[in-house]
Amino acid sequence: MSKVLMKGNEAVGAAAIKAGCRYFFGYPITPSSEIPEYMSKALPEVGGVFLQAESEVAAINMVYGAGGAGARVMTGSSSPGISLKQEGITYAAGAEIPCVIVNMMRGGPGLGSIQPGQADYYQSTRGGGNGDYRTLCYAPASIQETVDYVMLAFDKADEYRNPVLICADGMIGQMMEAVEFKENLNKNLPAKDWATTGTKGKREKNIVNSLFLEAELCEDHNIRLEKKYKLMEENEVLYESFGLEDADVVCVAYGTTSRIVKTAIKLAAAKGIKVGIIRPITLWPYPYAIYKDINPNCKGILGVEMSQGQIMDDIKIGIEGRMPVYFHGRTGGMVPTPAGILAEIEKIAGGTK
Amino acid sequence: MTMVYEKSKGLTDVPFHYCPGCTHGVIHKLVAETLVELGVLEDAIGVAPVGCSVLAYKYFNCDMQEAAHGRAPAVATGIKRVHPENVVFTYQGDGDLASIGTAEIVHAAHRGEKFTTIFVNNAIYGMTGGQMAPTTLIGQKTTTSPLGRTVEHSGMPIRMSEMLATIDGAKFVERVSVDTPANIRKAKKAIKRAFECQIQGKGFAIVEVLSTCPTNWGYTPVKALGWLQENMIPYYPLGNFRDFEEDK
Repeated sequence: MSKVLMKGNEAVGAAAIKAGCRYFFGYPITPSSEIPEYMSKALPEVGGVFLQAESEVAAINMVYGAGGAGARVMTGSSSPGISLKQEGITYAAGAEIPCVIVNMMRGGPGLGSIQPGQADYYQSTRGGGNGDYRTLCYAPASIQETVDYVMLAFDKADEYRNPVLICADGMIGQMMEAVEFKENLNKNLPAKDWATTGTKGKREKNIVNSLFLEAELCEDHNIRLEKKYKLMEENEVLYESFGLEDADVVCVAYGTTSRIVKTAIKLAAAKGIKVGIIRPITLWPYPYAIYKDINPNCKGILGVEMSQGQIMDDIKIGIEGRMPVYFHGRTGGMVPTPAGILAEIEKIAGGTK
Repeated sequence: MTMVYEKSKGLTDVPFHYCPGCTHGVIHKLVAETLVELGVLEDAIGVAPVGCSVLAYKYFNCDMQEAAHGRAPAVATGIKRVHPENVVFTYQGDGDLASIGTAEIVHAAHRGEKFTTIFVNNAIYGMTGGQMAPTTLIGQKTTTSPLGRTVEHSGMPIRMSEMLATIDGAKFVERVSVDTPANIRKAKKAIKRAFECQIQGKGFAIVEVLSTCPTNWGYTPVKALGWLQENMIPYYPLGNFRDFEEDK
């Protein structure tokens, strides 16, 4: 299939439909409003349903109902809206309802700004809602990756019966790039024999539920969920890395920020500084194991993020205290520059920090 | 031997957890019988609330989803949009529907969602131990209005049926009570009509059922029925507020 030029938010919608998503429940918010706008036109054309909900809370609970009824279903929003959806996400995790939630992150906290941000890392990777639960979390760095991982997200949601997050920054939502829609869908997914479709008198009733009033049963449920999360940790980690073995400095960044870091790496190379990169594609599960490949004589690890340093916790877990760690970021909707990142790299490489 | 009475096939064999004298059991029975009589039990998908009837998903003998507090109308919207041919209903209490879930019920009605809501109003939070609800009457003592509810502090009790009847998409709205055999028969009729409203694709339908909470009101079951008759019915008048036949 040939490439088409698409805006990130519209590509999210097109990829979802390509992946068989026929239901979208959402609420407008900048910078992700083109997702519901696209779906309102495109879904009826393929026999699907777009519904603008009265709130983000209602939207995610409609997703819960539709997902629990066996449909491929998605919602999309941006940071403050995603905060409102946390109730539904933890219920979906507890009731094991497959669904896809797209977050085009913007500056925070609170109403924050409408420019790109990456300060929802803790919320996305540590569980934004209550209870012991995990969600697969993909962080695309281009519109092509956005398309690929939105499509993969539906398969993974069905495979694990779990909500899946797409954590992109507002830059990804707003910019345009050429994309190609691949036929990479998994055809060997389990049947949704647990869904509420009406018994038709042919089977026992199905119950979609996250309540276990007896503590022993609730613990058993948690232990069973944890086994599923362990499987995700074993099988679903995705990352990109290069230049780790002989690096003077290693940068860690994801999403749009990783592209700016790559520019800074080229600038550093021109100055004779060898810089490697670890780019987590899944923010959860996190690629901790790759940290073992880093040159033991590397002078330090530089985390770069559009936040005040939320990725640093995972960097510290990955590096296990073997070398110093540093952070460079802009936040509140500001975007790091190659020059700013290069300055930090030079400080670390020169040992002057 | 002639069978003169048996449990509805619309209910499972799981024993109810409801307190002695609570009228949830009667209301469950009416809903279950209705689903069977209309021949839609096998197509039914119910949504249970948070509150005393949180375990309703165990009792109704059809597919069920358990919703977050107040969100049952949103969950039902998701289900019905995926399965428009199925019969979808929510079963909610007054804390669930009239407090934390007001936005969801108002907008489901506003969109004319084609599902049926059974709204059980007992003027108190039962499950959490008898706290004040938006439906708690003036002067009524609860664990969070220990001196009795006042208008100055908490406003007047909310009348959901009257409010929802002003919405175009709500095609059937009726308030009933299950305090006497005669009223139980009327309640059954209203519940049936509310499901017919959905089956005929008319729009949103709701039946508000006045119900007792002997445990948290602090009365015997019999006295609780009397309290409902003397205090609730005068403020929450029984009757039909909207019927789809009126809309030509």
